[in-house]
This record gives sequence, structure tokens and C-alpha cells, in this order.
Amino acid sequence: MLHGTVIILVSFGYLGLLFAIAYYADQRADAGRPVASPYIYSLSLAVYATAWTFYGSVGRAASDGIGFLPIYIGPTLMIALWWIVMRKILRISKANRITSLADFIASRYGKSALLGGLVTVIAIIGILPYISLQLKAISTSFTILVQYPEIIMPSEAGDAPIRQDTALWVALILAAFTIAFGTRHLDAAEHHPGLVAAIALESLVKLLAFLAVGLFVTFGIYDGFGDLTARAAAEPKLREMMAPLGGVAGGYSGWVWLTILSMLAIMFLPRQFQVAVIENVDERHLNKAIWLFPLYMLAINVFVLPIAFGGLLRFPDGSVDADTFVLTLPMAEKQELLALLVFIGGLSAATGMVIVETIALSTMACNDLVMPVLLRLRRLRLNQRHDLTGLLIGIRRGAIVLILLLGYLYFKLAGEAYALVSIGLISFAAVAQFAPAILGGIFWKGGTRLGALAGLAAGFAVWTYALLLPALARSGWLPLSFLEQGPFGIELLKPQQLFGLAGMDQITHAMIWSMVANVGAYVGVSLWVSPSAAEHRQASLFVDVFRQSGETPGARFWRGTASVPDLYSLYARFLGSAAADSVFGEYARVRGLGWPDDRLIADAELVHHVEVQLAGVIGAASARIMVASVVKEEALTIDEVREILDEASQVVVYSHRLEQKSSELEAATAELRAANERLKELDQLKDDFVSTVTHELRTPLTSIRAFIEILLDDPEVEPEQRKEFLGIIAKEAERLTRLINQVLDLAKLESGKTEWIESRVDMKEVISDTLAAMGQVFKEKNIEVEAQLPEEATPVTADLDRMIQVMLNLVSNAVKFCDRTHGRIGIALAERDGCLRIDVRDNGQGVSAEEHEAIFSKFHQVGDTLTDKPHGTGLGLHISRRIVEHFGGRMWVESSLGRGACFSFTLPIGAGS
Amino acid sequence: MSRIESKGQRFVALCMLGTLLFNYPVLALFNVSRTILGVPVLYAYIFIAWLALIGLMALVTQSRD
Repeated sequence: MLHGTVIILVSFGYLGLLFAIAYYADQRADAGRPVASPYIYSLSLAVYATAWTFYGSVGRAASDGIGFLPIYIGPTLMIALWWIVMRKILRISKANRITSLADFIASRYGKSALLGGLVTVIAIIGILPYISLQLKAISTSFTILVQYPEIIMPSEAGDAPIRQDTALWVALILAAFTIAFGTRHLDAAEHHPGLVAAIALESLVKLLAFLAVGLFVTFGIYDGFGDLTARAAAEPKLREMMAPLGGVAGGYSGWVWLTILSMLAIMFLPRQFQVAVIENVDERHLNKAIWLFPLYMLAINVFVLPIAFGGLLRFPDGSVDADTFVLTLPMAEKQELLALLVFIGGLSAATGMVIVETIALSTMACNDLVMPVLLRLRRLRLNQRHDLTGLLIGIRRGAIVLILLLGYLYFKLAGEAYALVSIGLISFAAVAQFAPAILGGIFWKGGTRLGALAGLAAGFAVWTYALLLPALARSGWLPLSFLEQGPFGIELLKPQQLFGLAGMDQITHAMIWSMVANVGAYVGVSLWVSPSAAEHRQASLFVDVFRQSGETPGARFWRGTASVPDLYSLYARFLGSAAADSVFGEYARVRGLGWPDDRLIADAELVHHVEVQLAGVIGAASARIMVASVVKEEALTIDEVREILDEASQVVVYSHRLEQKSSELEAATAELRAANERLKELDQLKDDFVSTVTHELRTPLTSIRAFIEILLDDPEVEPEQRKEFLGIIAKEAERLTRLINQVLDLAKLESGKTEWIESRVDMKEVISDTLAAMGQVFKEKNIEVEAQLPEEATPVTADLDRMIQVMLNLVSNAVKFCDRTHGRIGIALAERDGCLRIDVRDNGQGVSAEEHEAIFSKFHQVGDTLTDKPHGTGLGLHISRRIVEHFGGRMWVESSLGRGACFSFTLPIGAGS
Repeated sequence: MSRIESKGQRFVALCMLGTLLFNYPVLALFNVSRTILGVPVLYAYIFIAWLALIGLMALVTQSRD
């Protein structure tokens, strides 16, 4: 049994749980371990989905099918641009310690208190219908749920006064909770980590509750989407709703304007600005939120149409308001617990919105409306008060109560005339008026204070005339003739068909005219009136936020004299001396000073620092007034500001160019260094080469000279010995010639000047020719030669003479190194894997494994060159390998000591160089 | 720097794609009173296109550095 007491107890229990979570999160944040995460950030953005979404979407869907969707598709499109727009707003807000939407606009246009005040007034009046919507939703759902198991619409029960009392109670309870959540203490960063955690949980609860109803209606009452659609299709009225565009609800133009409106709302609703910008602790959270938040919106909308169909089928006579289907369907099916869950879900949606919205609005009201006025009233002598924290918190608490009571008042005045969605859209249209001033302000330096004032005032005036007054008229507070005949009977001024523009729904109509007036006045006045120095400075700080370097770009623009104690006591007055000590201490520490320290001077940087810190508490405009009251400052002229800006931008350009130059230089230096290394290496190689060559040349020369000297000095040498000596001389001279030839050959090879004469070469012939040429040598040394040659070998592309040179080299090496007494040489030619492979095997002492690569290097001799007589020039193998490699082949040796050696090389078939 | 710019450009392209998908005349193509797998065509189209757009946005957020 759902007794009223039970519902109230559960509701309070739930609010208490939220408060406990908020308290816990605040404690953790104070302890330095905040619970911030991109998921919490994304869920907190879902404060966008209010009672309007929870109850109202179904109501809207029941009248025009998918007409509720632009409200969620628009934000998805806008969020695609967040990477550009929101990142910029976040960066600006962090640099300037922005505390609210009004603060942002005021700060952009020269810290204008007037502009901040206007924005605050527009926001509060514009949002009132929206807050009243939440109050209406909570009290309606409560009134209906209390009647369980009967379903009686509040309007029929004739107990409207009772329900309005419920709404009043709801307003007061919510005010108490908001005060507890948002204004427990004053925080310089204006962060409420506990609040954000609670809102994230509420987002989760309302999503789960809505999905639960959706699943119950679709699969519990009916038999899935198909069954539901088939039954709906049987009703002509419902059938129409499946393809509703073109006919109802303003058709495509209505759809487009709703999309645009919600694109702006997701950015500029005060509560969205609060959770997305002010409460953001880490810019990188955007990365996840950009897709998670749209996904949330998609999820909470999937079951809207099924529930609407289900409700229309279940209550065909129209006795039940479609706005309540989410609640009345479970009730009609006697699902007590589900109905209670729905009520809690709706409560989450409504309270989340009300709490965040009123906190945002109360901050605005305090910082941008009340404080600037109080600070200017000299009679109050606020400048001399020692502690203003109590005053600030008091103002905010008062504002919260006042705003909720105004919301209740609007509900009483106009709440009954419209459905939930229509009430919400009026608020959307109001906050859309901020778009030109903000978007223009962050991308266009030309926007000025007067332009923004004119634009906002014009847009707001049209909104009031075309949307707010008709809402009041429909509720009977203004004569209906005002709507139907126009004021004083002037047709052209009919609020809902201004200047004769008819044939569209009232939101589209109001948006068109208000945007024309707003953008027109903003741009027109901005271009007409030139900005002041302060505006010029702020415009540059906002638009070029990504191009600023250094910690406090704002400090460049200040000139004057101040004292540290004055600034300290100013800060202490607003945040207490403990906070002031920590701020000044940190500032001094960064500069390598202690605190307190006489050496700390009140220069432009410190003044700017204090002003920005203060702005985080009382808003930019109020902070400006306060700081100006304790320092003596010289006003900069617009020309001076321009000069500073130009200088700064020139410096940026210069440093950019310098950076580019230096990186180019670095690259060039690295290249030069590499080239130098390579040259050094080559030089070393050349030196080594020259010294080796001369050494090799000297050996035969020395022996030639020695024998010639013997012959010269001693004519008595016996003829036989003389013949022997001459033989040695001839042999050494021949070696010398060979060496020089090979050195020349190598030089040519290395410099790439060798001329290659390519032709089809038959390696079998080359081998046969080589063996024939060496025949005499084999006989002399008594060497056995065994050749394994195929019948026919595929010709390869190569240089015939060079191939003979390689073969001669390998075979003569084999001759030199094979066994002295029983020499055996084996030669094999085989074709394998697209290559010809030639092996030359001997049965000599072999080559040790360490030498396998070394013997192919220049001037390498096997064995100890000091004791053994050299057997060759040490260049043959090196040159042979280079030749083989030139034709794409490979040369290597397989051997171990005492087992002979096998030199092999391959040549690719069908490929040349 | 250029990476961040190209990421921004991808997001702008996605926004334009979304504007195209959820507007006249593409929307009008699906504005028929028929059903596909038991779901009204227009409804099915919007949710599938919406989901695809979100998927692409998630993809672009990943494409960094």
C-alpha cells in the first residue's frame, strides 16, 4: 500500500542518501583525494535531462511522435563542436576564475557590472518557468501516486489548492537542500565536488528508472516493439504519428528551430554552464564526455515512443494526461514498487535540475547583481568591514530561497496553461539570447560592451513580448484580446504573429524575431561604437586565450601603486585570514620568498593575482571594484592598451619565428654532424688503406732491392746462384705487378668507375676454361681435380672476364692451400632456388671459424704474416666477393681447421645488375 | 598543433554530417508510415544514425597525438 507517509519517507531517505554522498565526496576533496573522473563529469552533464525529459518527452511524443527528439539531437550536434568551443571556454574560465555565466559575459566585455546584472536578470526571469516545471512535475506525480491504486488526474480531483500547497512545500524543502548542498562554505575555486557526485548519482537513478518503465511497458505489458507498433498501427490516429514530419508541430522548420534552440541551451543554460565549465576540474574529461553524454541522451530516449504508444492504447479516452504516462502505466498494472521507483526517478530528475540551477543563479545574483550594488553604496562602508564571508553566504542563501519562491509563483500564475515541454521551451528561448554575446565574445574581438548590452536587451524584450506575456495571458492574467487582436487592436503587433509572420509554432516565431533583434543590435552597435581600453584588453585575453604564454598575461595591463598589507587585508575580508595567508604564502614561495616577507612588492603581478583570486569568489566585476578601492591606479588609454597588445603579439610572432629558425638550424647541424662523422670514417679508411698498400708494396720491393744489391756488390757470385737470385727477383716483381693491378682494380671497384661488360655467361664454360688454363699447375703440383658439372647450365647475366677472374682466384687459392703431398680440389656447379651455386673445395688446413669473415676483408692474410711467407696479395677474395655481389650474388666460406675449406658463391639466374 | 587542428576539423565535419542526417531532405526520405522489423522506419533510422554519429565522435576523440 502506497501511503502518503511511505512516499514521503522514501523521498526523504533518498535525498538524505544523496546528501551523505555529497558530504563524503566533499570530505575526500578536502583531504586532497577528490573523486573526480570523466565518468562522473559525463553523468553530471546529464543534469540536462530534467522532469521535462522524464515525464514531458512522453507527453510530447503522444501528441506528435518524434517531435521530442530535436531536444537531444541538437546537443549531440553541439557537442561535436565542443572540442573547439567548450575547450576555449574552459581555458578562458580557468585563466580568469570565472564563477558563472553572467561573470563570463561581464568579464569579457570589460568587467562590466551593468552587463553582469542584465545577464543575471535575464537568466533568473528566463529560468523561472523551467523551475516551476520541476515543481509542477514533483507535486503532480506525488498527488497521483498518493491516489494509488486509483488513477485520478489532479485537475479532475478538484484539489488544485492542495496540490499547489504541495508545490510550495516542495519548493521550500528543495531550498533547504540546495542551501545545504551548495552554500555550506565559501570556496575560492567555486567547486562543489560533493554536489557533482550527488548529481551524477541522480543521473544514474533517473536513467535506470526510465529504462525500467520502458522495458516493463514494451516487454511486460506488450510483446516487444513489434507487437506494440502493430497495435498502434491499427489506430488511425497513432498511425499518423509514425511519419509525423511535414504535417504537425511546425513540420520541418519547427524541427530545425528546436534543434538550434537545444544546441544553444546545452551551452548556455546556467546549470549546464555550471556543471560543464565551473565544476570541471580537468580539461581532458571532455574526451570521454563528448561521446558518453550523447550516448546517455540516446539511452534515455529509446523507450519514449513505446511508452507513449502504450499509454495511448491503455487510456484511449484521453482521461489521463500523457505527461503522466510514465507513472500511470505501472500504476494501472498494479506495479507498486515500479511506480515508486518511477517517482524517485522523476524526483532525481527534478531535484538535480533545481539544485544546480538555483546554485548557479544564486552565485550570479550574489556576484553580479547584489555585491556590485552593495559595494558601490558608500553608506554601508563595506570597505571597512573585516569579514565579509558571512555576508556573501547570506546573500546566496537568500537568493536560493527567493528564486524557488519565484518559481512557485510562476507555477501558480501560469503553470496550468501549458504542457511540460512547452514551459521548458520558453526557458530555452530565454537562455538562447546569451549565444551572440558569448560566442561572438570568444571568437570576435570586435564585440563591445554596448553591443552586448543592446543585443541582450533587444533579444530579451522580444522574448518577453512574444513568449512570456502570451503565457501569462493564457493563464488569465492578461486579457486574451491582447493575443487575439494585438495590443490596442493593432494586428501587426500580435505577440504570436509579430509583423504578420504567421504559420509557425510560437517558439519558432519567437526565436526568429528575438535572434534578428539580438544579433542585429549586438553586431550593429559593436561596429558603431568603439570599445574602451578595458574592453579592448579583455577581448584580446578571451579571443587569444590559446596564444597566451606566461602565467599572468593580464598583469601587463596594470599600472599604479599598491601596498601588500592593503591587498592582504582586502583578501582576508572576503575569505578569512587563513585563506589569505595560504594564497600570499604560495605566491611568495613561487618567487623564492617567505611569508610574511618585507621584500614582497605589490607590483602589477601581485595586484592582478589578488584580483583574479578574488574574482573566483565574488565575480570579476565586484573584484574589480574592490581592488580599485585599495590601490591607486593610473588608467591606461586605449592607445596604450593597443600598444601593449601589438607588442605582445609581435613578441609572439618573433618567438614563433625564432623557434622555427632554431629548429631548422638544429636539423641542419645534425645533418652536418652526420656528414662529418662519415667523412672522418672515410678518411680513416683511406689512411689505413694507404698504409697497408705501402706496407704490402714494400715487402717485394725490399727483397728485390736486397738481391739486386748482392748482385751489384759482388760480381763474383756463382752463375747458378745468380740465376736463382734473378728468378726470385722476377717472381717478386711479378707479385708487385699483380699487387698494383689489384690495387688499381679495387680502387676502381670502390669508386664505382669499373666498366662492366654484361652478357649471357655460361658458368659451365667458365669453369672448364679455368680448369684448362690451370691444367699445367695441377700437373706440376700433383693435384687431383674433380669437377661435378651438370649437362647444361642456365646462362646468367654477368661480365665474362670478371667471372673468369673470380674462378681463377678461387681455384688458385685452392691450389695454394691444399695438401702439399696429396692435394685434392673439388669443383661443383648446381642450380637451386633460382640461383647458380659454385663450390670450390680443397683439402688443406682449413680456415678457423673466427676467420670466416675476416678473410674477405682487404689485405687479410691467413696465418701469421710476420713468420709465414705471404701467399698472395690479400686482395683476391675481397675483389671476388665484390664482383659477385655486384651481380646480386653472395660469397662465403664453410670450413673448420684441419678439414679443408669450401668457398662458395651464388649468382641469381635471369637477373643482372 | 596541427594534430589538434585536424582533430577540430574532424569534429566540425561530424557536426555537418549530423546536420545533414537529421534534417530535410534526408529526414523526409524516411518519413513514411511503414515499419522495419516491427519498428517505425523513421524511428529506427533516427536512432541508428544517432548511434553511428556518437560512435564516430568517440572514434575522433581517440585519434590524438
